[in-house]
Amino acid sequence: MSTTTPVGTAPRPGAVVPTSRRERRARQMNRGNPLWGLLAWVVGLLFVAPVLWMVLTSLHSETDAATNPPSIAAALTLDGYRSFFDAGPWPPLINSLSASVVSTALVLVLAVPAAYALSIKPVRKWTDVMFFFLSTKFMPVVAAVLPLYLFARYTGLLDNITYLTLLYTSMNLPIAVWMMRSFLAEVPVEMLEAAAIDGAGLIRTLRSVVAPVALPGIAATALICFIFSWNELLLARTLTAVVAGTSPVFLTGFVTSQGLFLAQLCAAATVISLPVLVAGFAAQDKLVQGLSLGAVK
Amino acid sequence: MSTGTDTPITPSGSAASPPAPSQATSARRAADWARRAPLMPALVFLIICTQLPFVATIVISFMNWNSLRPRDRGFAGVDNYVEVFTNASLRSSVWNTIVLTVTVVVVSLVLGLLIALLLDRRFAGRGAVRTMMIAPFLVVPIAAALLWKHALFNPSYGLFNGVLTWIWQLFGSDSPPQPEWLTAAPKIAIEAALIWQWTPFMMLILLAGLQSKPADAEEAARMDGANAWQVFRYLTFPHLRQYLELGALLGSIYIVQNFDAVFTITSGSLGTANLPYTIYQTFFQAGNYGLASAMGVVVVIATIIIATFALRVVSSMFKEENAR
Repeated sequence: MSTTTPVGTAPRPGAVVPTSRRERRARQMNRGNPLWGLLAWVVGLLFVAPVLWMVLTSLHSETDAATNPPSIAAALTLDGYRSFFDAGPWPPLINSLSASVVSTALVLVLAVPAAYALSIKPVRKWTDVMFFFLSTKFMPVVAAVLPLYLFARYTGLLDNITYLTLLYTSMNLPIAVWMMRSFLAEVPVEMLEAAAIDGAGLIRTLRSVVAPVALPGIAATALICFIFSWNELLLARTLTAVVAGTSPVFLTGFVTSQGLFLAQLCAAATVISLPVLVAGFAAQDKLVQGLSLGAVK
Repeated sequence: MSTGTDTPITPSGSAASPPAPSQATSARRAADWARRAPLMPALVFLIICTQLPFVATIVISFMNWNSLRPRDRGFAGVDNYVEVFTNASLRSSVWNTIVLTVTVVVVSLVLGLLIALLLDRRFAGRGAVRTMMIAPFLVVPIAAALLWKHALFNPSYGLFNGVLTWIWQLFGSDSPPQPEWLTAAPKIAIEAALIWQWTPFMMLILLAGLQSKPADAEEAARMDGANAWQVFRYLTFPHLRQYLELGALLGSIYIVQNFDAVFTITSGSLGTANLPYTIYQTFFQAGNYGLASAMGVVVVIATIIIATFALRVVSSMFKEENAR
């Protein structure tokens, strides 16, 4: 139960000796019963097991993948990956990549100035504007998908990756504005005042006062927007077909084949999840900030 | 909503307060627009992409429009809405949406809290366990749904029945139970897959909450002889409250809209269809644009009810920031 966070271990002036004794005690309590650590390991392994099983199955032959009981120690092979890459996954992978990267860039271009106008030099009633942005996330995508589909059909935008990219931009923009505002709100007012007194112009203030605080926040925002665009299925499935289909759409069409397909399917799922897994593991702390819209630091 | 909305200038705005009151109103208006300018592109873009389609949805919801019978298109009044509330299968999908959302959010929050409390302790390999815990959330949702359906739930070669065979063989039995998971408990199957993905999300938010908790109060309480449960009940839990609310809010927004898992694991059959799936079905298979739109409007109104609760949570966060 007890915690010793970095905050808790910070030395407090004027109480050196008792603090350290108390901390030693706290640390002992913390170590506590080793069974709790063991339990944590068991739970962690249970949660990661399906992911490990996916990767292991992707490296088995189709016959070894479909045995009961499971053949864990079966010979490893890359056949699953070979059949996946033979199925022509590159167009959807490239579509996903371009839709995610371009929409993330667009989101940042729109969200960073908006967040500036909501935090550093706030407009009147900025909280109302914030709630408007958030309220658009309450509207389920499925309630807007029909008009978006009809519009695309009448304007020839069906199966067009640019249209999908723009929709992903609007899907992620509210999240990005919320996150960026919370990061820009951390720019110390005193430093902005000091910059103004020193006669720093807008560009200079942005570069030397705002940017250092905002850049990690921009990275967190970009990560979240990328993941959400990469994962999106409903819009992609409704609005694209052969040309502009993304990886999730490709994956849904991957199970139609007859016979054994489990190793192939696991290979496909592994490849398509890989960018998100890598990005997420690399930026675990940013993930928390991002998912909580910047509310959790 | 009680604070913040009425105060035009926030603490952070004091650095660049508007021009002195002696200046003309036109100058002040120009300054206002200069403040608004950076906001405008994002606002206009979002209104075009989200509000216009929704207006179109409202219009279509009052129309008789079926793509399979294009000649009958016309004004339908409230017929579509009457159908939404009287049709039994639609009512069951409303109920399914509520049950799915509440079950997944509550179970993920409770599991997430327990695991966060475990990970808040010190033990060997804590970082590794945390990384393992995050993995389910980072699997692409559609890949996760396919993984659960084919590699875990499949009755003849899925991992679950495979493990059962294994355990039974270990005790020398040749007739292990081999349940048909998906047909026996289709709703629980979908919920299990979603809980697996969302527990890490809740755990991450709650762990961040636990680690931001001031240690002093707890030390003092322990000095005064408080036991672990009392510390949790009176110190940890109140501190975690807003993190729990935030997790519940964000989780609900996403799970109410869940389409991938229902679409993949059961294709909405066996009584598992939720509203997003039913709307998709009504619009794509049945081509009933009017009815699908009416359902969409009902979903939006339902989420506005959740949103009213949600905004209270969020504005309490603003309150804290303004008090900074």
